[in-house]
Amino acid sequence: MGQKIDPNLWSDGAQPHLMGGKLPSGEIVFPMPVGDAAEGVEPYKLSRRGKLWSWTSQGFLPKEPYEGPGSGPGEGPPDFQPFLLGYVELPGEVIVESRIVDARLEDLHLGMDLEFCIVPFNTTHDTFAFRPVSQAESKAA
Amino acid sequence: MSENVYIIGAGIHPFGRTDGRSGREQGVYAVREALKDAGLDWRDIECAYGGSAAAGNADIMVNELGLTSLPFTNVANGCATGGSALAASQQAIASGMYDLALAVGFDKHPRGAFNAKPADYGLPEWYGQTGMMLTTQFFALKIQRYMQLHGITRTALGRVAEKAFRNGTLAPHAWRRSPVDLETILNAPMINDPLTKYMFCSPAEGAVALILASEKKMKELGADGVKIRSIAVKTRPPNSFEVFQAGVSIEEGGKPTVLASQAAFEKAGVGPEDIGVAQLQDTESGAEIMHMAENGFCKDGEQEEWLANGWSEIGGRLPVNTDGGCLACGEPVGASGLRQVYENVEQLRGRAGERQVPGKPRFGYSHVYGAPGLSAVAILERE
Repeated sequence: MGQKIDPNLWSDGAQPHLMGGKLPSGEIVFPMPVGDAAEGVEPYKLSRRGKLWSWTSQGFLPKEPYEGPGSGPGEGPPDFQPFLLGYVELPGEVIVESRIVDARLEDLHLGMDLEFCIVPFNTTHDTFAFRPVSQAESKAA
Repeated sequence: MSENVYIIGAGIHPFGRTDGRSGREQGVYAVREALKDAGLDWRDIECAYGGSAAAGNADIMVNELGLTSLPFTNVANGCATGGSALAASQQAIASGMYDLALAVGFDKHPRGAFNAKPADYGLPEWYGQTGMMLTTQFFALKIQRYMQLHGITRTALGRVAEKAFRNGTLAPHAWRRSPVDLETILNAPMINDPLTKYMFCSPAEGAVALILASEKKMKELGADGVKIRSIAVKTRPPNSFEVFQAGVSIEEGGKPTVLASQAAFEKAGVGPEDIGVAQLQDTESGAEIMHMAENGFCKDGEQEEWLANGWSEIGGRLPVNTDGGCLACGEPVGASGLRQVYENVEQLRGRAGERQVPGKPRFGYSHVYGAPGLSAVAILERE
């Protein structure tokens, strides 16, 4: 396991949760606000299960401040690893933007069941992602 | 009662890449073109508003244009820089304080996709570090969902790009001036699914200047003016889905484009059916499709039929992006919104040459959208 890309982005433990915030109005937001905007906002453990709301692929090496494969010293576009990302609707909470792992582009569809997970991001850090539930369950079996 | 405001001069520096000429120098070029068009001298201009996103301040253009002591306000409003400069100039004249004003926008961006800093948008660093802070992803994510919900095909996305490059061949100020066929567009490398390389505009360079006048001044000069019927600038309402959002509300919210469009139509006292030519933000193919509906020109899903039948072509029911839009012209952020207005001024005056919309259009509509969720709409009228 690498370091967390942000120490407060998800909770620790065997069943980590992405951390959102609960506004005084009851509305759930992501990410948890910081600074003055955090006043009155309670940290909120978001659901580990959600449904795919939209998706795309990242086919080219992003510029700074990207720190993934291909961005290091002496690295370039050939070192980049394309990835999938999307928005995941956490029922009754909020729609979060996330990497999508363990799936092929052609398998993705609206409303697909997804589950929260932690994945290696670069040589030093981990980040969060969502993956298809069926595959996660069959792996666990 | 506020004064009527007219655009009496329009100048453009060709979009694309101009090595050896700074963004601001391109701005100065556009101002001189606009002055020539209006038959005015720089000394005649009473106030000015302008800016760029990445090419410096506008106000020091006075070094080249002349030290006439006019008030020159720098505008730094991201993608709405041009739209905000236009709105400010319009207000300066509508208030009765001035009779002649300048709105100018210019830019010069490095090659490749824009790279934004999370802190500038109030976002945590991880959002940029993990490769999620890309405008191109947002556009792909928005159109992907829209296609699923409203039955828009990849072919329709391709047709938008094909039309843009075809129109670009007819526009002297466009950057991309060669046609690209549908098959090439659809089979090009995928940037962010479902959008291929040819479906995205590129950051570019260019400049546009517009000279605005009061009705009294226009008549006094005998100038060829186009009336500004309305301008509306709106930032995002609650629960909207915009570029650079790590979290989106589960409640379906409003859209800044819908708000700006409705406000502009209401102020102008006309409706979508009255518009004869439209320039809609087409950062990528999907944006033009969604913005057709958000601006009230069709219902969600009808774009498929529009594009298959060529209804948004020059000569069609409602010509859209007659100079090739951002797809063919590229996107110098500070100048892009004013380019749309420039194109409508040329179309309404009947001076658009090979790309002229037939039938003497009376109303021209322009719409710009940008981060962090704002839209500006301008409706012009040829009286």
